[in-house]
Amino acid sequence: MDNSLTPLVLKRLLVPTLLHLGFRKTLTMADEVVLLDFWPSPFGMRVRIALAEKGIKYEYKEEDLRNKSPLLLKMNPVHKQIPVLIHNGKPVNESLIAVQYIDEVWKDKSPILPSDPYQRALARFWADYIDKKIYVSGKKVWQTKGEEQEEAKKEFIGHLKMLEGELGDKAFFGGECFGFVDVALVPFYSWFYAYETCGSFSIEAECPKLMAWVKRCMQRDSVAKSLPDQHKVYDFVLQLKKKFGIE
Amino acid sequence: MAHEEVKLFGMWSSPFVRIVEVALKIKGVQYEYIEEDLQNKSSQLLKYNPIHKKVPVLLHNGKPIAESLVIVEYIDETWKDNPILPQDSFERAQARFWAKFIVVKWLLSLWKACRCVENEREKAMEEASENLKILENELKDKGFLGGETIGLVEIAAKIIAYWVGVIQEVAGVEIMSRQKFPVLFKWIDELFSCNVVNESLPPKDKLAARFRSLLGSR
Repeated sequence: MDNSLTPLVLKRLLVPTLLHLGFRKTLTMADEVVLLDFWPSPFGMRVRIALAEKGIKYEYKEEDLRNKSPLLLKMNPVHKQIPVLIHNGKPVNESLIAVQYIDEVWKDKSPILPSDPYQRALARFWADYIDKKIYVSGKKVWQTKGEEQEEAKKEFIGHLKMLEGELGDKAFFGGECFGFVDVALVPFYSWFYAYETCGSFSIEAECPKLMAWVKRCMQRDSVAKSLPDQHKVYDFVLQLKKKFGIE
Repeated sequence: MAHEEVKLFGMWSSPFVRIVEVALKIKGVQYEYIEEDLQNKSSQLLKYNPIHKKVPVLLHNGKPIAESLVIVEYIDETWKDNPILPQDSFERAQARFWAKFIVVKWLLSLWKACRCVENEREKAMEEASENLKILENELKDKGFLGGETIGLVEIAAKIIAYWVGVIQEVAGVEIMSRQKFPVLFKWIDELFSCNVVNESLPPKDKLAARFRSLLGSR
């Protein structure tokens, strides 16, 4: 090609074309990720942790659960609950389903579920146990008093001890690496101060190994940045107690 | 392939056990079925599911797995022919959501509505009806639940619909009716009439008798 023409070709044709292609490539490759959430929700925290583990950029949208946004009602018409993960406009509901989805889509970095099917089954079993037992029994601790609260405390501590037993001497529930069950459980740590203060007991005294595990998890950026301050959660619980007339 | 030992601890009237059985049959897995008497649980069941002490429990080469939906995912990942869950991640998330809804909300809310005492009954029936409306609306909107290929959601729905039909008949309530939920009924009717599912369903009269005694004992 004639030397004098080359710069012109570059300026007028090649560069814009390349820029255009590059721009288009960026557009189609960029993922749009939105998380509808509520700051004290342990379920929302699970998704925050998973997104942080994978280094995914996303838009966090705080929901007022007394005044749910049209977006939330549209994206989760079935349960109208947070968290809702919206990926390129498509909603994924239920925290553990969203965490598995994140793990499968962004599979090249920081795996959350193990690769062996039996280990995966164990992870899912224990995450399901946490779902069924921890939130409900923890709620009963701060919502009740007297005899009822003593029962609730016993039940709650019983479940934590079960999990502590499953953890054993491992660093994390899955072994050496932080994983699915850790993601499922650690958010509840942000509620521990509230449970302890409302129930007058110490989780550290009851489950020291579990607290050691909590500390290991909190050393991870993804966890530390996704959990709110325990005292802030306690203030929130006090507000709820006032609202529901629980003293 | 090395000899595989697969055992399923179950109970004939449990729809959750049936869901697991269908999954095994679709995959062509040879297994030994062990019927449990839930009033007198075997030491094996208590050993393999010490946490919940429930069926179904799958034992694969000595390793136990509990919780029906966890077991089905394990089966799908271990025996790769005839996938039960969609391959696409988004569709798989939808399938997991609807399978859980069908198993946890649809069946249990209807069972609760049939079982509870008079003054709680209306609220329970309303809740059951709400859950059915959700299924009906999703089917009206999309024509299917979960993914577009037949799998776990369809298996669970067919089995749960059968159970719900029997429970309603025995309890003498009609929360789930063809008139109120035409799209849901049509979908269930059209679900693949696979022999594998039909063979797993216990006879209606036997199941009805079981529920009569369960409901009657309240």
